[in-house]
Amino acid sequence: MTSVTYHDVRFLEPAKTRNYLNVDYGAFSWLFTKDHKRIGILYMFSISIMFILGGFFAMMMRLELLTPEGDLLTSDTYNKFFTLHGIIMIFFFLIPSIPAVLGNFILPIQLGAKDLAFPKLNLLSWYLYMIGAFVGLLVIILGGVDTGWTFYTPFSTQYSNMHVFGTTFGAFIVGFSSILTGLNFIVTIHRMRAPGLTWFRLPLFVWAMYATSLVQLLATPVLAITLVMLMIERVVHVGIFDPALGGDPLLYQHMFWFYSHPAVYIMILPAMGVASEVVAAFTRKKIFGYKFVAFSSLAIAFLGFLVWAHHMFVAGISVYSAMIFSFLSYFVAVPSAIKVFNWTATLYKGSVSWQTPMLYILGFIGLFTMGGVTGLFLAALGLDVHVTDTYFVVAHFHYIMVGGAVMAYFAGIHYWWPKITGRMYPEWWARLSALLVFAGFNLTFFPQFVLGYVGMPRRYHAYAPEFQVLNVMSTAGASILALGYALPLAYLLWSLRFGRKAGVNPWGAVGLEWTTNSPPPKDNFHETPVVTWDAYDYPAMLKAMGETQNV
Amino acid sequence: MADEHRNEHAAPHHITPLTTYIFVFVARAAGTLLTWFASTVDLGWMNTPIALVIATTKAALVILTWVVVIGSFVWLGVLFVLTFADYLTRFWAIY
Repeated sequence: MTSVTYHDVRFLEPAKTRNYLNVDYGAFSWLFTKDHKRIGILYMFSISIMFILGGFFAMMMRLELLTPEGDLLTSDTYNKFFTLHGIIMIFFFLIPSIPAVLGNFILPIQLGAKDLAFPKLNLLSWYLYMIGAFVGLLVIILGGVDTGWTFYTPFSTQYSNMHVFGTTFGAFIVGFSSILTGLNFIVTIHRMRAPGLTWFRLPLFVWAMYATSLVQLLATPVLAITLVMLMIERVVHVGIFDPALGGDPLLYQHMFWFYSHPAVYIMILPAMGVASEVVAAFTRKKIFGYKFVAFSSLAIAFLGFLVWAHHMFVAGISVYSAMIFSFLSYFVAVPSAIKVFNWTATLYKGSVSWQTPMLYILGFIGLFTMGGVTGLFLAALGLDVHVTDTYFVVAHFHYIMVGGAVMAYFAGIHYWWPKITGRMYPEWWARLSALLVFAGFNLTFFPQFVLGYVGMPRRYHAYAPEFQVLNVMSTAGASILALGYALPLAYLLWSLRFGRKAGVNPWGAVGLEWTTNSPPPKDNFHETPVVTWDAYDYPAMLKAMGETQNV
Repeated sequence: MADEHRNEHAAPHHITPLTTYIFVFVARAAGTLLTWFASTVDLGWMNTPIALVIATTKAALVILTWVVVIGSFVWLGVLFVLTFADYLTRFWAIY
């Protein structure tokens, strides 16, 4: 085995070899591919359609809320739209977004592996996703569902006359896609690291994906069995959650949130992994406190399992257990704060460059911090009573899920786009998009903090006139946000044909993915890499570059 | 293919034989039928304990066959202990 050293590969020009995109042609070569990179692209295409669909429902809601009267949508249609927006964005976009797209594409390359451990299982997970998504789309065509994305009982089991069974069945199927992806990643990280790539030389994106995969593997089966029980009770009236049949509706909430709170970490942990990669690359520094950041991912994954009942403080749970869950919810802020402090410390005296991925990640750090801090408001037992089921909660979780996870997804897409496609995107347009997204996001969701705090409840299509000014601001922000999201769709497609060729390492970044061609060959590397350097060893790289220039 | 350069430091892993899968599947299917049969017979105060014994036996089959016991019990323990922390301390009089 020939070793390709860190210093050799950085200056390689892309060899004129076949890559994963042109090694084979035709629809079947994509639909039956076992190549992790092509499967990542399939996911990217699929979830983008879901993002557009979920965005459509969001825009319709915001347009309805432009005026206090319910003049655009009826209350029933509004109920369906916020339900479908939530289900599509959470189950069909956010949960698979970074893991299934960027994780699939980048993780094996970062490990120096040829593929994931189980390539066929990887393809199966995409098919399961597509079947689940198809069931979900069928439900929309047949008339939709109005339970909210949480499917709370007894409304979902007894009273709703919409397509609850079909929707939960779709979410059930998609859950298995998530489980198989997590399983694949864990085995791959344990068994297929390149020679020399020890645990503490792994990129922090890999650590984040490892923690995410643990949550996917341990939490998703609980959602699956919960949804099965819901379907059983709805269809054959076995008493599980219905008090009239001897069940308990709060049992549903316990089991649902045992998955769905950790599911937030399925969304945000990979985002944190992207943030670590981008911050290091665009400051030219080692991540401050590498081991703390790595272990904080595992700590978040673990503590994330202990806090679910903070979603149930006003639902009638025991006040004693509520106190425990409140305390534990505060506790989960510690590892999250460690990450934020360490990224900030990495920025300090760094050689910061303002490329698009960095703009998105700087936005991510600020918005995630806002979302996290307002989460502490909700963890406080007294304050939670005041703001539960108001727009304060809506604003809080959008700061985490959109301001956090979606910003990082866009950062990751821009950061690895040259590697994925071999082409550069137009930087000016991309920077404009990042700024529009940041501005539009804050204009959309910051007013909702105020709305919620002064008492506007969520999930109503009409509201009191005194809330209108803030709602108009929010809808205006949503329009800017939509433009910010539409721009990348246009210029990324444009770049596929007209973008400048990227070369092996357009960012001058470290990491195995930047040592292979762009786009990578089918087996990722022409020779198995041997890793002899630490993660984010930018000081050594800068030194080596200086020496080369001197020669 | 993908495992050509698997990490040589990784621990060896155990592969469960197919016969074990079949045995556990058949045993658990039988347990399900037994649960259904038991539900058709009125055994008084024994109804719930018998259903729980069958369910626990079925769960034990899975756990003893595949699950890495300590780690998984910690995780399942979290679900059970914190859920029962609610149920056992709830002020039921208001319901």
